[in-house]
Amino acid sequence: MKLKSQLIVGSEAARTNRAAHLEVLRVAQEAAESAALGGGERARKRHLDRGKLLPRDRVAGLLDPGAPFLEIGATAAHGLYGGDAPCAGVIAGVGQVMGRQVMVVCNDATVKGGTYYPMTVKKHLRAQEIAAECHLPCIYLVDSGGANLPNQDEVFPDREHFGRIFYNQAQMSAKGIAQIAVVMGSCTAGGAYVPAMSDVSIIVREQGTIFLAGPPLVKAATGEVVSAEDLGGGDVHTRLSGVADYLAEDDAHALALARRAVASLGGGGTSPALLGETPAYDPEEILDVVPGDLRTPYDIREVIARLVDGSYFDEFKPRFGETLVCGFARVMGQDVGIVANNGVLFSESAQKGAHFVELCSQRKTPLVFLQNITGFMVGRKYENEGIARHGAKMVTAVATTAVPKVTMLVGGSFGAGNYGMAGRAYSPRFLWTWPNSRISVMGGAQAAGVLATVKREAVERAGGSWSADEEAAFKRPTEEMFEEQSHPLYASARLWDDGIVDPRRSRQVLGLSLAASLNAPIEETRFGVFRM
Amino acid sequence: MFDKILIANRGEIACRIIETCRQMGVGTVAVYSDADAGARHVALADQAVHIGAALPAESYLRGARIIQAALDSGAQAIHPGYGFLSENPDFVEAVEAAGLTFIGPSGQAIRAMGLKDAAKALMVEAGVPVVPGYHGAGQEDARLAAEADKIGYPVLIKAVAGGGGKGMRLVEAASEFGSALEAARAEAKGAFGNDAVLVEKFIQSPRHIEIQVFGDGTRAVHLFERDCSLQRRHQKVIEEAPAPGMPEAVRAAMGAAAVRAAEAIGYKGAGTVEFIVDGSGPLREDGFWFMEMNTRLQVEHPVTEFITGLDLVAWQLLVASGAPLPARQDELAIDGHAFEARLYAEDVPKGFLPATGRLTHLSFPAGARADTGVRAGDEISPYYDPMIAKVIVHGSDREHALQKLRQALATTQVAGTVTNLAFLRRLAAHPGFAKGAVDTGLIGRDLDALTQEPVPCSKSRALAALGALGLGVAPRRAAEGFALWQPMEHQARLDWRDEAILARVQCQGGGYLVRLDGGEAAHHIRREGEDWWIDGGKVSAELVVTGEGHVSVFWGNGYHFTVPDPLAVAAGDAAGGDVIEAPMPGLVKAVFVEAGQEVRRGDRLAVLEAMKMEHTLTAPRDGDVSEVLVATGAQVEAGAALIQLTEDDA
Repeated sequence: MKLKSQLIVGSEAARTNRAAHLEVLRVAQEAAESAALGGGERARKRHLDRGKLLPRDRVAGLLDPGAPFLEIGATAAHGLYGGDAPCAGVIAGVGQVMGRQVMVVCNDATVKGGTYYPMTVKKHLRAQEIAAECHLPCIYLVDSGGANLPNQDEVFPDREHFGRIFYNQAQMSAKGIAQIAVVMGSCTAGGAYVPAMSDVSIIVREQGTIFLAGPPLVKAATGEVVSAEDLGGGDVHTRLSGVADYLAEDDAHALALARRAVASLGGGGTSPALLGETPAYDPEEILDVVPGDLRTPYDIREVIARLVDGSYFDEFKPRFGETLVCGFARVMGQDVGIVANNGVLFSESAQKGAHFVELCSQRKTPLVFLQNITGFMVGRKYENEGIARHGAKMVTAVATTAVPKVTMLVGGSFGAGNYGMAGRAYSPRFLWTWPNSRISVMGGAQAAGVLATVKREAVERAGGSWSADEEAAFKRPTEEMFEEQSHPLYASARLWDDGIVDPRRSRQVLGLSLAASLNAPIEETRFGVFRM
Repeated sequence: MFDKILIANRGEIACRIIETCRQMGVGTVAVYSDADAGARHVALADQAVHIGAALPAESYLRGARIIQAALDSGAQAIHPGYGFLSENPDFVEAVEAAGLTFIGPSGQAIRAMGLKDAAKALMVEAGVPVVPGYHGAGQEDARLAAEADKIGYPVLIKAVAGGGGKGMRLVEAASEFGSALEAARAEAKGAFGNDAVLVEKFIQSPRHIEIQVFGDGTRAVHLFERDCSLQRRHQKVIEEAPAPGMPEAVRAAMGAAAVRAAEAIGYKGAGTVEFIVDGSGPLREDGFWFMEMNTRLQVEHPVTEFITGLDLVAWQLLVASGAPLPARQDELAIDGHAFEARLYAEDVPKGFLPATGRLTHLSFPAGARADTGVRAGDEISPYYDPMIAKVIVHGSDREHALQKLRQALATTQVAGTVTNLAFLRRLAAHPGFAKGAVDTGLIGRDLDALTQEPVPCSKSRALAALGALGLGVAPRRAAEGFALWQPMEHQARLDWRDEAILARVQCQGGGYLVRLDGGEAAHHIRREGEDWWIDGGKVSAELVVTGEGHVSVFWGNGYHFTVPDPLAVAAGDAAGGDVIEAPMPGLVKAVFVEAGQEVRRGDRLAVLEAMKMEHTLTAPRDGDVSEVLVATGAQVEAGAALIQLTEDDA
């Protein structure tokens, strides 16, 4: 049925909500815009002076004009490394090339020569994870000096570090997911394996270089004096070594060659049309209907009405477990099952959620989670009726379903609610977050309260007394820490999510996430044991 | 009336004739060459017969083959259209000998008008004024020069067997007579196989006014005049009817003279009597002289149709089938004013070089009549006249009609070949022309201004940039241009003529922001339905992607952009400036150099014959010929490499 909004347009509440959202949006927008500038004006100019295209122009030149680009990690590494690695020094996202969805990973050489900080590695690996799960051909626009040496301990040795990039390339290639590299700058040391491990590689003449050791290291090791171009330039690699397959005259030519390589992949894989009736309610109004303050409850159907095609929502089990809203809808023409919080989770809500996830798995309908959860209900009544058992059912269902999951943090993401609602640990294909959201193991006030209670007991046990002022002073650092660490920019900087999104554009983000997810066939689900 | 006729022609005139036949219930048989198998006239006709290879001499000029086709297909008559066999008396007689009807005059009448000097003598006898001149048989140089002196300079030397301006020379003074005579003779010999010339008085500020006549073999009527003074090198460009500033008495006098001319030769069917008219002042009853009579339907007949409300092809069919003339002179009257503009595939900046190409886009405005033999997707081949269409308008008076002509030309759209459309627009906007102050020298005097190529404005360029990226041409997709925080910016590279254009395009707010490099120009463009809005205003521009790598913007003028193939970069190494290419498709008439020969800049290398013209290709620089890539007699495409010079080290 068509959802009916209760929004009073122009009301005081709507205006207040909007003002609050616009403020947090501004902060996110500024962070994203500054990250998009990469390593700053001087580095960009130096890059251009070398005849290179700026990284975002490279991405644009690769992608089909007008086709959507779903960027991930747009504010990755925000505030990390003293602000030295905007956007984590690498641009990544799902785009379209020759009508086909692809994953693009593009080094930004204006950011410390494109070297890999820990977050660069994490973002690169996350892009590869998405590509592997969604069967997206990968195009690496390489211009990187390799591992960032001062951070080598957090970049090189571990399982999810630099080496994993090439492992992933080999694994994806083995699964028939094309790996294409365009060498548009340095590809030194380990980086040399990106083109070498690719199915097809393209190199730009007198600009791209691939070598295990650059001229300085060669000189130090053997005394041989050789120019970068003669050591591992485009001519060498396409004519002598065979490390690269195509020689490009310049960036634009290289990108055109990459586009042609994608066109030659065969096997279909065209992007879906992304049609579907627009919602009956303007997505712009999300800023009016969603309270600026997370603690103010609201009906999540107001959001659903502004996300789904025609605002049609076939709600499942509406009279049972009402704090979890489940139902079927379409997003840009694609069937989805929506699981959305409408309050704290009770046993019934969790059972209903598990049931609904089973339904969607049976029907191979992708799931969208709209997360605004303070957690499962606490207290004797609930523990005694086995809320942990019911919660586990939901978590099991969410963890083991094989249908693609896309999660959107539209409010709080606290505690075990995060698990049941397909948090990062539950491998949703994509996880996005609104700029007003908060994520932490519990609320800052609650955490400070727990610690204060423990402290007060200890103080009083020792016969001391603890004034309210002392307690407040004790609580403040915890509250402040939680406030800082639960902030979406803090979360996104660490790639706990795939990025902050403008609530008004959530519909497109979901539509594109689903389109990418559906690029891979949906497997049969085999659930784990449900604790009945 | 005939049940079925064969049309011994092609192109727009064949289509035009078929249309009238349709309305009259007459069946049609088209003929076609190899090059025309898919042509519009073949598609329109009820039947079609293949008559040979592309070259006219091997198809449309093969009278016997065409007559056989008529007999085989059961046609009772042959309409010759214009050109080709239309004024060939032997053909007329062969048609009649085969028991068929020729839709046109008798062979005898054609012969009488075919040779200019004989025709003039006949006209003098019939009391039709002729230009003072020498039309005698004596062709000695001295004799001709003496006659020229007698007539008085300036004089015109013309080929006796001529037409269309071939073998014609203007001589301003006696000292130039000798060389002009030589040139005229050579041209006449080449074009007609007959180097006999005549000498005539040259009329100052001449106007070309012709009278449409119709005869039934005995009596004739006239359908008033057409003014064809807007000519470029004797080729008509824009025609109109009636003639501007034509007093009723002069019209009556000219009409009467034309009717006398037609009746003098027992003319049957449609014909045109051409007069040269003194345009240096108001038109006078004693200020017009017979030039020649065209014994066929004219290209520009539609303007007469518009002002008389008649169908001249229908008249032709009626008269040929034995019916009396459909109207008496006193039943004929002029209604309003009409213009016709001839739209050609030709490269105006390159001296109106005939052009070829596939018409990737073709659209005519609803408010005009467009007589055309081609459709979008058809090819303008090198074998025939490169006319694309005649754009014809009718208005209540001259001013009104001219306004409609301007509007029609501004909204006519052609892509896939260069055209003279911008030239026609400038001509239609010419203030002298607007005033009706026309003469045959008008175009020549203002040629530079008229042939100035319109340059696309920044908005047109911005639109083209969108097209180059494939944006705005298909319905907008749901998530077009989506990006999380800031729009993607795509670079568009395109060329207009030799100019490279670089633009940066963002999809934003339901439209596009286009910024052009090398300038401040930035335009907000959006599309709503079929309409374009630029910087907040609705505009009458149209953007058409006419094929891989080709984008056209139609906005008054048509601007044609090419989008370089980004993959074609490396191929650029091989080409170089050392190859002499065919500027247009044509026949290699002669090659003057051989491999190893040293040439100087400007030396003749080869001659290419195309569109009945000879084009000399010269060396672009000093150097050595490394290779001759074609042989004499070869038919080559535009851009074909003909001669290779050794690489220039300098």
